[in-house]
Order: sequence, then structure tokens, then C-alpha cells
Amino acid sequence: MTQVSRRKATGLIGAALATFTVAPTQAAALDTVSAKKLVDALVGEINRVIASGKSEQAMYKDFKRIFAKYGDTSYIAAYAMGNDGRRASGAQKKKFSAEFQTYISRKYGARFREFIGGRLEAKSVRPVKSWFEVTTTAFLRDEAPFTVTFLVSNRTGRDKFFNMFIEGINLLLTERTEIGAMIDRRGGNLDKMIADLRTAK
Amino acid sequence: MGIVTLLTSIWTRLALLLALAALVPGCAQPGPGQIEGNVFDPYEANNRQTHELNHALDKAMARPVGVGYTKIIPDDLEDGIGNFASNLSLPSTIVNNLLQGNVEGAFRNSMRFVFNSTLGFGGLFDVAGDFDLNEIGGDFGQTLYVWGVPEGAYIELPIVGPSTERAALGKAVDLFTNPLSYVLPNPDKYIGTAAGVASKVGDRGRYAETLDSILYNSADSYSQARSIFMQNRRFQLGDGDAAEEINPFDLNTEGF
Repeated sequence: MTQVSRRKATGLIGAALATFTVAPTQAAALDTVSAKKLVDALVGEINRVIASGKSEQAMYKDFKRIFAKYGDTSYIAAYAMGNDGRRASGAQKKKFSAEFQTYISRKYGARFREFIGGRLEAKSVRPVKSWFEVTTTAFLRDEAPFTVTFLVSNRTGRDKFFNMFIEGINLLLTERTEIGAMIDRRGGNLDKMIADLRTAK
Repeated sequence: MGIVTLLTSIWTRLALLLALAALVPGCAQPGPGQIEGNVFDPYEANNRQTHELNHALDKAMARPVGVGYTKIIPDDLEDGIGNFASNLSLPSTIVNNLLQGNVEGAFRNSMRFVFNSTLGFGGLFDVAGDFDLNEIGGDFGQTLYVWGVPEGAYIELPIVGPSTERAALGKAVDLFTNPLSYVLPNPDKYIGTAAGVASKVGDRGRYAETLDSILYNSADSYSQARSIFMQNRRFQLGDGDAAEEINPFDLNTEGF
């Protein structure tokens, strides 16, 4: 059901893209193209790391570099901290943001490692309010292809992805739940949470 | 089984199915301010107890058996069992595609079933998938969604795990929606069930790391499992547009 409607949506985007090429409505056309370009480049780098056969630790390092290059890291960190971010000091925010990048690269890097032998392919782009949704398909060994979506905005002045969905599962929401639970478990102590993030999986 | 008995038995079951569907308005409805994080979970205390039970069952049985299964059974055979089980469950998916008025889905799935049952040696090989003819999902919980039945409350079922009232009712009805179970003689029809169980066990082993990261490594595995289940389920149903929910321009990121 969803796949059918998604296919229809893809067709519509294709048609819309075709219109843009004939009569460019500047900004929109540029952004759709640049959003797709960003994800193509991102996916290309991820695929290269997956295929490299490097050690786990080396891969996590690569993923961290990719995350910093293509991701809106300050937005993702701020979202994950949620309301608790309001009472965090400047130093805590900075430290959290840095630790969070390492944590995310390790955690999602471990998931991407399961893609070994597989690949991601960018399929389509659609504008959503003031940002873009780029849909990619993941192909894994003997597994029905599934959808990985990236949301791209130019909030920072440059195109960066600020969220990722794997079969509808939202990185931002999942991490806000996780960080929130970590803070609760530590009686609201932000410093403790930040320190423990270093070993969190 | 004669065709008349077959039809009578289908009609009896269909009547039962409708009776079950009539129970649906009994799904709990959220009151104002009762939806936390977009999930209606009035039975949280009970659910958490079930979660503890499931956690213990996983630790003692499902995880070790699953990991052992994946280790012992060669990958090709494991894939074959998975394919075989999913092929035998396709007729039930097709019934649901049709109940939802999704003729294209029913057609694609029927082609899949024919190809894989013949060229794929009784469903052991997914030849249809090689031609991009992938399964269009369909279950009775989804059918209820298409019919406009509300989601109901979140519930964690023993052994089965996260669900909603609507999805759980759908699962119960789906015990009766597979036409094969009316056509196949008695012990044969349980082969599909057995293969289904084996395939689930294999999945537990194969995705051990990912599932462990949710069940064992998260700070609150109950709320993480709930969040992940709800997001994925709504995505499968096409319920809501998750991409619209979070506006990156709304948040103060200063200092991060």
C-alpha cells in the first residue's frame, strides 16, 4: 500500500523535476538538485566505507568524519537533548555536542556495518515545507529492499542532513528518547549523562 | 475437502471475523492530554511488566536459540527457510490486499506467489524478488486501518512484543485469513507455521546486534521499543507524514 503510493509520489516528483528543467523556478530547482547531490555524495562516502573492509574502529572514525561533514550536527545534538538543553550551561552543551557526535558515529556505524555487501541508492527528492526529503533504497543480502530517508535543510547556510529515517524510524526521536532516559536514570544530572555517553552503545 | 464444505467453512470463519471486527469500537480512545510523545499508552504499568517478562524470555531463550540457529544453519538454508515461510504467508497478504481494495498489490503478490512456488521450488528461492517483484505488505491490522478503525492503545504482548490494540486484533484475525489453511490437509498446514517460527528465530540471530542495542543497551528499553515500533508501524501503514513533523528552523541550537 505504502509502496504503491510512494511510487506514485516518485512519479510526480519526476514530472515536477521535468517541469523544472524546462522552465526553471530558480530556488526550488536548485535546492531539489543540491539536496539530492548532497545525499548522493553522502551515500557514496558511506558505501565506500562499508566496502573498505576496514576494522570496526577505523570505520567508526570514518563515519564520524562523514557525519561532521554532511550532518547538521549542532541541530541533531540540540534536538536529542530536548527540553533539558534549556538548563544546560554553555560548557555542557559544547561537551555534549562533541561526545554525541562520537556516540552517534559508533552507534549508527555499527548498524551500517551490517550493510556490508549491500549498498544505498538515492532514488528521489521531494520538498517538504522549507526542507527536502531524499529517499534512498538500501539493498542487503537476500533481504527485500527497504527505505532510508534523509532530510536536508540549508538552515546553517549550507546544505546538511538533519534527520534520517530507516523504515520510518526517526533518528532524532530515537535519540531524544535515549538521551532523555539516560538523564532520568541519572537523576537529571547532565554531567553524568555526558560522561557516560562515551561508553554508551 | 469438497468445495461445498470449503465454502461453508470459509463463510463460518468470515462471520467470526466480522464478529471480531464488531468488537473494535472497544479499542481504548485517548482523552485530552493523554497522548505522550504521540503514543497513547494508558496501560504502561502492565505493559512494563510484560516487557520485563519478554526481556527475560529473550535472554533465556530467544536470543541464545536465535544466535545458535544462525551459527549452525548455513546462510543459504536460512534464507531458503525464510523465503519458504514468507511465500506460504502470501495468500493471507493477498486476502488483505483485496479487503483493502488494493488490486495492484494483490496482483503483484499473486504473481510473486506463482513465480516463487514454481520456479522458486515451492518458495525456497525468491526468484520474483530478482525481478523487482517484491511483496506489497498486507495484514488485517492494516486492513482495519484502511477501514478507518482507530489505532487504540499501545500494548506489549507476551512473546509477540510491541503492538497496538488494532494491530493485535488484526493478528488474531490473521490466524484465519490464510486460504491455504483451508485447503491443505491436516499436518501439512502446520509446515508453514513451523517454517514461520524458524524464520523468526533466524531473524533474532541475524539481527542480534541491532536488537541487542535496543533491548540491552538502551537506557529505557521499554520506551525505546515502544517508540521504534510505533514509528515503523505508522510508516508501514502510510499513516501521517513523519518528514513534516520536525521543523529544523524551530529549534534554538545556540551553544551546541
